Amino acid sequence: MIPSRRTLLAALAAVGTLASLAACAGGSDSSGASDAGGGTYSFWDPYPQFDASSAWGKRVSRCGTKAGVTLKRTAYDTTDLGNKALLAAQQGNAPDVMLVDNPVVSTLVEAGILNRTSDLGLDTKSVQQNIIGAGTIDGAAYGIPIGANTLGLYYNKKVLSAAGVDPASVKDWNSLTAALQKVRSTGKKGITFSAIGTEEGSFQFLPWFWGAGADLKELNSAKGVAALSLWKQWVDDGLAPKDVLQNTQTTSWQEFATGEYAFGENGTWQLGNADKAGFDYGVINIPAQKGGSAPVPTGGEFVTVPVQKDTARYDVTGKIVTCLTSDANLLASDTTLTYVAPVAAVQAEQVRQNPKLKPWVAAVAAARGRTSGGLGTTYPTISQPLWTAVQAALSGGKSAQSALDTAQAGAQKG
Amino acid sequence: MTVVPADRPRRAEAKAAGSDAASPRRPGRLRGRLAALAFVAPLIAYLAAFYLYPLYRNLDLSLRDYTVRSFVSGDAPFTGWDNFRKVLDDPTFGPALRHTLVFTFVSIAFQYVIGLALAVFFNRHFRLAPTLRALFLIPWLLPLIVSASSWSWMFNSESGVVNYALHVIGVDPVGWLTSPDWALTSVIVANIWIGIPFNLVILYSGLQNVPAELYEAAALDGAGAWQQFRRITVPLLRPVSAITLLLGLVYTLKVFDLIWIMTKGGPGDSSSTLATWSYQLGFGTLLPRFGPGAAVGNILILIALVFGLLYIRVQRRQEA
Repeated sequence: MIPSRRTLLAALAAVGTLASLAACAGGSDSSGASDAGGGTYSFWDPYPQFDASSAWGKRVSRCGTKAGVTLKRTAYDTTDLGNKALLAAQQGNAPDVMLVDNPVVSTLVEAGILNRTSDLGLDTKSVQQNIIGAGTIDGAAYGIPIGANTLGLYYNKKVLSAAGVDPASVKDWNSLTAALQKVRSTGKKGITFSAIGTEEGSFQFLPWFWGAGADLKELNSAKGVAALSLWKQWVDDGLAPKDVLQNTQTTSWQEFATGEYAFGENGTWQLGNADKAGFDYGVINIPAQKGGSAPVPTGGEFVTVPVQKDTARYDVTGKIVTCLTSDANLLASDTTLTYVAPVAAVQAEQVRQNPKLKPWVAAVAAARGRTSGGLGTTYPTISQPLWTAVQAALSGGKSAQSALDTAQAGAQKG
Repeated sequence: MTVVPADRPRRAEAKAAGSDAASPRRPGRLRGRLAALAFVAPLIAYLAAFYLYPLYRNLDLSLRDYTVRSFVSGDAPFTGWDNFRKVLDDPTFGPALRHTLVFTFVSIAFQYVIGLALAVFFNRHFRLAPTLRALFLIPWLLPLIVSASSWSWMFNSESGVVNYALHVIGVDPVGWLTSPDWALTSVIVANIWIGIPFNLVILYSGLQNVPAELYEAAALDGAGAWQQFRRITVPLLRPVSAITLLLGLVYTLKVFDLIWIMTKGGPGDSSSTLATWSYQLGFGTLLPRFGPGAAVGNILILIALVFGLLYIRVQRRQEA
């Protein structure tokens, strides 16, 4: 009898374990969906660099408290967030509020998991059109930009003056290339950027692509080829290092921060690091091929509200979103994130507080959303062939023309 | 080779007969059966939850036309082999398959040869041998992200230590990770380095089982070091070698993280393998393409399965 009792015990233990597992799963499900009044609301953002004690973490939890709930914040890596959101929506436990990178908004709308801002009674009138464009599909906005950032050219004052280059003389591609050559002749390095085989690579290439007047719907136009040829020529002539092919925007910044480079193409978010770099720097807008500022892609996140089964939650959610994005509160949010506000009035206030933001405000005003202009979810199918073409051309595998021909063929297939 | 097919059914019969003979029909038997089942149940539940279901889901993903919308709503239409056809027709497929095979076989060949050489070397039991052997295990102990990042820094075309060494001896810098001609070689070199300890450990333990008397006898008969290696070490290590090679094969086929960290399959797709391509399709862009991604994953599983079966077959033959 003893062995059989032991068997019974083992079986019971096994069943017990399974049952408790099931209970766990059930428990977390129900707590996610119920209790609309008070309770816990979930909040996802792509800022793992800010912990709960950071200014941003505190702002988020304060907005929860103001709305009368506890806001549980989870920070994901930005490349992860889109897929995590899709999975969560599939499982029916999407967060109440989610900050996503702007080109992801159209993908999530395509998946049918975001609410229109108008349905939630949120006001987006004051937001600049070119910034909210990335989150606008068929005339309806699906999120509110928390702020915008974009790309500019950081320059090292010491390196430029040693080479006898006046940054104000850099007005178009020719004068920029000439400046790079002068710098190289003094033994310093020209320019660094990120041409990695990910979305970052496309993001960094777009100012040059658009600055040549090219259109994403026709990658292999003469204008597109001119832009890629410019980058290829820089790399071939040693004006830009070969390892731009591996550079993320962070490693590209680290290269620039060595003080060896005259120019670095990078974003608003590096301003804090620039002050720590230990040398005098300046920022100019990325020049277009024939002069003037090139249109740059908008970066930055949108505050979105994923669809919930329990629509009673939206009231509180709306309060949380308003707390983060109302004109009055944007200044604090964007100062914490080093973003440019998406609202003209707030921008003016930002520049008044920090004059260094001036070129960035100008750049944001001239910026375009990657998914704007009706591209929406076709943008990702264009962007991937585009960064592959950039890689193929810069690595010497292909000419700019043939790389972009391949890219265009790939983009058309979708 | 003909022995194996003739042998297998016979052994199966023998097993069946044996289990019949051992089951007397007593009432206590049923309880015993239940007990056995209860003990197996956790394993079966584990296998079902962590192997069968994911495999089934992956197959299901690859046979349906998933868009982001149908992924969320779960009503993707069944499209049969469409995803596979799409993947096979893709211009990336040929290079990715070729890179996978080159990556796998070149890695294995070098890992095995270097691992064997080191195993034979350490088998001579000189002073410090255990310490040195332990040091050789370091690549195995390091988290892969650490080794991959270190290699990627060393291979950096501007500031990497490899190019600096070349510069010191007067050779022009090489774009290890930035030139399409070198990227695949670079990731293979890193992968060989990571795989050597595995080969070293297994082959070394295999060498321990080779009786020392054989070497003494051979030495008395006048066999030199090379002859001893060729006529004693190699034949007696054959079973261990087969298993090392086949396990290495399956491990190397699916290497993803190393390549992704070092080159992301680039520049262009000059170092992309089936594993990195599958990830790229599923998660590498803003608009995930789960169907084709899963299809590539399944093709990879199929290739691994072929080698897995080969492994089982070799193992059976050794046991027989």
